[in-house]
Amino acid sequence: MKPLKEDSILVHDYISGDEKSLEILINRHNQRISSFIYSKVMDRDVTEDIFQDTFIKVIKTLKKGNYSEEGKFLPWVMRIAHNLIIDHFRKNKRMPKFEGSDDFNIFSVIGDDKLNAEKQLIKDQIDSDLTLLIEELPDDQKEVLLMRIYKDMSFKEISENTGVSINTALGRMRYALINLRKIIDRHNIVLTNS
Amino acid sequence: MEKIYSTKKNAFAIPRVGPETIQFLLAYSKALRIVKHRQFSFEMILN
Repeated sequence: MKPLKEDSILVHDYISGDEKSLEILINRHNQRISSFIYSKVMDRDVTEDIFQDTFIKVIKTLKKGNYSEEGKFLPWVMRIAHNLIIDHFRKNKRMPKFEGSDDFNIFSVIGDDKLNAEKQLIKDQIDSDLTLLIEELPDDQKEVLLMRIYKDMSFKEISENTGVSINTALGRMRYALINLRKIIDRHNIVLTNS
Repeated sequence: MEKIYSTKKNAFAIPRVGPETIQFLLAYSKALRIVKHRQFSFEMILN
């Protein structure tokens, strides 16, 4: 039977570039480290997360050449895991987690007002279609519509900027909308996001 | 005698992280490169 390589030799081999040594180290200590983390957090998913974060730190430290505890690999890894467990509890204390039950789901009360990915895509498409349609309008109507809708200007401000009366600006806006509807109907364009 | 012992072998399974996590760590390790420049060290993940 092949004698087991010591941790310190595996660590040395890993630092020298032998990736296989890391696999042996992880598998060798998987159960001890997992049990240690699980005994504190009592949650399998959190255990996996902390185990993963622990070894990410281990990998970074070894690759950076900052490891100096020859022969004490497992206690060192356990100490990293221990610190991450403390971080986990601190984080949960700062931001208590509320988990809904079958009777009550918090997301039925508060919602995310952002559009979902599909609706956002449709909205972007409508916006770009609309931009092309607006380009079809006569310049005077286009100018008023852009100022009113995109620049959020009042009709008073529009009349001051374009040098026409408020009534003319209102009329141009009305004709702009009528013409837009005509173009949309003529080309059977569907602009909805329901 | 009263049956007080579980017949299920895995009634209490000792936790071990799954193979996916281990594979992730090994892939991460292979992808991670540390570049040192003076007193700085830069981490690079190569895909």
